[in-house]
Amino acid sequence: MHDFTKTLAPSPFYDRIVAQSQTQNWAHWNGYQTPRVVDTVASEYFAVRSSCSVMDLTPMEKYRITGPDAKAFLNRLVVRDVSKLKPGRVTYVVWCNDEGKVIDDGTVFHLSEGVYRLCAQHHQLDWLRLSSIGFDVSIELETHDVAALSVQGPTSYSVLTEAGISGLETVKPFDIVHTQLDGFDITVSRTGFTGDLGYELWTEPENALALWDAIFEVKKRGLYDIRLIGLDALEMVRIEAGFIMPGWDFNTAETVIRDGYDRTPYELDLGWLVNLNKPYFTGKRALAAANKQPLKRKMVKLILDGNKVPSGSFIFDRKDGKNIGAVMAHSWSPILKRAIAYADIELINGQVPKEVSVEIYYQKELAWKLHWARAEVTDKPFWTPKRRSITPPDAY
Amino acid sequence: MGNSNKTYDVVVIGAGHNGLTNAAFLAKSGLDVLVLEKNDYIGGATVSRELEPGWFYSNCSYVCSLFRPEIYQALDLGRHGLEIVPLQGSVTFSQSGDYFGSYHHSEIRRREIARHSQRDADASIRFDADLMKWCRLIRGMLLRTPPDPTSFKPRDFMEFAFLLKKFHELSEDQIYQFIRFFTMSIAEYLEEYFENDLLLAHFSGGSIIGTGLGVYSPGTAYVLLHHAMGDVDGNVGSWGFARGGMGAVSGALASAFQAHGGEIRSGAEVAEINVSGRTATGVTLASGEVIKAKKVVSNLDAQRTFLKVMNEKDVPPDVLTRARNFKIRGSSGKLNIALDGMPKFPTLPEGSPLTLGHMHFTDTLERLERAYDDWKEDRWSADPYTDTLIPSQYDPTVAPPGKHMMSVFVQYCPVEAEGGWTPEKKDAFGKTVIDQINDYSPGFKDMIVHAEVRTPKELEEEVGLTGGNIFQGELTLDQLLFNRPFPGYAQYRGPVRNMYMCSSSNHPGGGVMGAPGANAAREILRDLKRTDTTPEDFGDD
Ligand SMILES: Cc1cc2nc3c(=O)[nH]c(=O)nc-3n(C[C@H](O)[C@H](O)[C@H](O)COP(=O)(O)OP(=O)(O)OC[C@H]3O[C@@H](n4cnc5c(N)ncnc54)[C@H](O)[C@@H]3O)c2cc1C
Repeated sequence: MHDFTKTLAPSPFYDRIVAQSQTQNWAHWNGYQTPRVVDTVASEYFAVRSSCSVMDLTPMEKYRITGPDAKAFLNRLVVRDVSKLKPGRVTYVVWCNDEGKVIDDGTVFHLSEGVYRLCAQHHQLDWLRLSSIGFDVSIELETHDVAALSVQGPTSYSVLTEAGISGLETVKPFDIVHTQLDGFDITVSRTGFTGDLGYELWTEPENALALWDAIFEVKKRGLYDIRLIGLDALEMVRIEAGFIMPGWDFNTAETVIRDGYDRTPYELDLGWLVNLNKPYFTGKRALAAANKQPLKRKMVKLILDGNKVPSGSFIFDRKDGKNIGAVMAHSWSPILKRAIAYADIELINGQVPKEVSVEIYYQKELAWKLHWARAEVTDKPFWTPKRRSITPPDAY
Repeated sequence: MGNSNKTYDVVVIGAGHNGLTNAAFLAKSGLDVLVLEKNDYIGGATVSRELEPGWFYSNCSYVCSLFRPEIYQALDLGRHGLEIVPLQGSVTFSQSGDYFGSYHHSEIRRREIARHSQRDADASIRFDADLMKWCRLIRGMLLRTPPDPTSFKPRDFMEFAFLLKKFHELSEDQIYQFIRFFTMSIAEYLEEYFENDLLLAHFSGGSIIGTGLGVYSPGTAYVLLHHAMGDVDGNVGSWGFARGGMGAVSGALASAFQAHGGEIRSGAEVAEINVSGRTATGVTLASGEVIKAKKVVSNLDAQRTFLKVMNEKDVPPDVLTRARNFKIRGSSGKLNIALDGMPKFPTLPEGSPLTLGHMHFTDTLERLERAYDDWKEDRWSADPYTDTLIPSQYDPTVAPPGKHMMSVFVQYCPVEAEGGWTPEKKDAFGKTVIDQINDYSPGFKDMIVHAEVRTPKELEEEVGLTGGNIFQGELTLDQLLFNRPFPGYAQYRGPVRNMYMCSSSNHPGGGVMGAPGANAAREILRDLKRTDTTPEDFGDD
C-alpha cells in the first residue's frame, strides 16, 4: 500500500545514520531522507580531505543495462565513445537530446562482460526506454535494490583494507572489483564525487548494515577516524574537485521551459567528452553543427580574491562594467582558503576572459554590504591531490 | 658551497616561518633570495620532527590559530600541501571530579555553561561580543606596519589616521574600555563577566600561555586576543591543527618560496652580519664563508639580532641598551608524548567529543596564580597549567594507526631552574607534568612510548629563542605595536642601511602568524620600489 504518512523514504542504512546524526539535519535526495549535516560541516569536509568519510549513496539513481545490444545502446545514448570500455572499468558520461542539449550526466560501470550499470543524477527511465527502441536491451531501475556507500579520503584505502576488503592495492582509478566481505558479495569501484582518494561500495540491501558495521568497526578498534558526512560537505568537496551537478549548475534539457535555457556540452566546458568521430549518437548532428559555430557562452570556474563567498552574484567584465553572467555553485574552499565558484558567462569578443569582477552582497550585523572581488577564470579543477590517482594508494 | 662571488638580492637569516614568509614574498616579486638556517631542519618553532619512529611531534607550536589567511591565500599554501584541520572544543577538569566543557555546538555549549551557572551562560553572550570587538580592532592592525608616532612623514601620518579611524568605529566609551582592556589582568577582566570559579579558570588559561605574567598581572587580558583571533576569521578552517604537524606550515612556505625560485641552506649558522660604512653587505657563516647580499633580513629575536649576530660596534648605544632590556624571559615548557593507545579520561562520559580539543587540569584562579609564584622563584610549577591535546585523533599522519601523539604545553617553567638545569631536574619537571595528567587519566603513564621534554633551555639551544621565550619577547603594551621591538624600530628597518627584521620580535608579535614576515617584505619591496607582492588585509568591513 502507498504510505502517504512519510514524505521521505529510509535507506537501508537509515538506522545507523539516525543513530550517528548529531544534528538531525536532513535533506531529501531522490526521495530518500539524507543527512545535510551530521555533526559540523567543517569536521565532515575535513574527514574527506584529511582522514576518512562515509556517505550513503543509495539514493543515487541507478539502472542495470543488459542484453546483446547493451553496448551499442549505451554508445548511441551518450556523447562519449564508450564502445571500448572494458569490463571492470567505469567512465564519466553525459547524454543529450536531438538538439545536442545535455539531459543528464552520470557514470557507466561495465560490471562484467555485457552487464552495465548507469548511474544518473535524475530519473531517466523514460528517456532510456525511448532511446532503446530498436535495441535488444533490458533497462531496469535498480536504485532501491542496491545499497551503496561512498568511502572517501586519504585513509579510505587503509580503512577498507582493515575492514577486511582485500586486493585494493591494485585497484586503479575507475577500476571495479567484485569481492567478498564476511561471506557476502560486494562490488568496489575506485570512484567518487570528492576528487580525493576514494571508493564506492555496492551490495544488496540485506547486507547494508553488515557492510556499514564492518567499516565503522575499524573506528571502534581505534585504528582510524571515520566520519559520516552529509550533503553540505559533499557540495564543498565536489566543487573543489571540479564536478558539476545537472539541475543545480545548469538546467537539464528535459526540464527547460524558457527558450535558450538549456546547454550543450560545449557550453558546459564538457566538449572533451563529445566524440564526433564515433557512429551516430543522439544529438550528434546538432553537436557537429554547434562545434563549428563560435561559442557564445560558457560555464567557467572562478577563483576569487578575498574572503567573501559569492552567493547569487552577478559577474561583470570589470568593476561597474558590463554584466556578463552569474555565479552558480559556489563555496569557501577551506584547503585553498579561497572562495570558488562556477559561473555561466557570455564570452567577450568570442573569448573567455582571463579575469572578471564579481559583485558580492554580504551581511555584517544585519547590514548589507557590497564588495567587488577580482576573480581568476580557470578551466582546471580547483583541487587535485596526487593521492587521488596513485596506485597502490598511500596509507594516508 | 655557494659561489662566493655571487651577490644575492636578499639573504634571510633563519628559516623560521616568518623568515620563510618574508623570503617567499620577496622571491615572488622576482628577487634572488637565499635563506640561511642554522639547524639541519627548517621551521624554527614551527616544526614537526620524528623523534620516535612513526610519531611526528609538533615540537614547539602546536595549534594554528593566528596564521593570516591572506598570506595563506597569496602564497597558495593549500596547493603547496598545507591543510589546517579545525580543532573543536576544550575542557577543564576539576579536582572534585567534575569538568567544564566548551563544545563547538553552541546549544550544547550554552547548556554546559548553564550547568555550572545559569547567569554565566547569559554573560557569555556579552563576553563573546566584547571580545570580538577587540579582536576586530587588533586584527585590522596585523598586516600593517605600525606608525612611527614621532614622525611626520606623509605615509606615517596616513597610517596614524587609519588607526584613529579604526578607533572611531568604536564609541568614545568603547575606546576607554579598550584601553582598560589592554592594561587589565585576565582574572579581573573575566570577573566582570563570570561568577563560576571553574569557568573563570577555564577562560583565563589562554592568557598566561607564553607570558612571564600571572592571571592577576596587568596586561594578561590582551594576550587572550592572541588566542581568540582565530575564531574571528569566520570561514571554516581558521583554527586548527596543521595536518602533519606545524612543520607542514613551514614546509608549505618553503615549497612556495622555492617555487618562486628561492634557495634554502640548512646547517648554515650565521655568525655575523657584515656591515661596511653603516650599510649591511652580507653575512659571514660560522664556517667562515662570506655571503654577499644587497639586503640582509634577520628572522632572529631582537636580542639575538642586535646582541649576537650584529657586531656591537655597528649598533647604536641606545639600541644596545634597549635590546639588553627587551623583556624576553622564557616561562614555558613542552612535553611531546608518543602513546601506545588512546588515554582514557573517566571523568568524561563515554563518547564525549571533549578529548578532541584542548584539555586543562587547573580549576581555579588561585591554582593558576600559585603556578606563577613558583616560576617567580625560579622553580617550575609544582602544579602547572597545561594545554594538552591529542591531534592524532584526527590527524592520521602523526602517529601509527591505533597509537596516539600528545602535545602538552606547560606553564610555567623557568629559564634557570634554581641555579641551572640538570638532566635530573629536567626529568623531574617532565614527571611533574606526567603525574598531573595521570591523576585524570589512570594508566596514562603506562602508555608512554617516548616523551620529549623541553624546558626554556632546550628551546633556546635548539630553536634559538632567547630565554626560550615562545613569542620572541613579552606581549605587553610597552613591547607591542610601535613599541615592538623598541620605539623607532617598529617599521622592520634595522639600525644600519639595508638591514631589516622580520621575526616575531617585531609587530604584531609572537605566534605562528606570518604577519611580521609579510610586513617586513612589504617594507623591503617599498625601499626597492618594487611592486608589492604582500596581501592586503581582507577586512571585514
Ligand atoms: C613551545 C612553544 C609552543 C608554542 N605554541 C604556539 C602555538 O600553539 N600556536 C602559535 O601560534 N604559536 C605558538 N608558539 C609561538 C610560535 O611558535 C613562534 O612565535 C613562532 O614560531 C616564531 O616564528 P619566527 O619565524 O618569528 O621565529 P623562529 O621560529 O624562532 O625562527 C628563527 C629561526 O632562526 C634560526 N636561527 C637562529 N639563530 C640563527 C643563526 N645564527 N643563523 C641561522 N639561523 C638561525 C632558528 O633555528 C630558527 O629556525 C609556540 C612557541 C613555542 C616555543
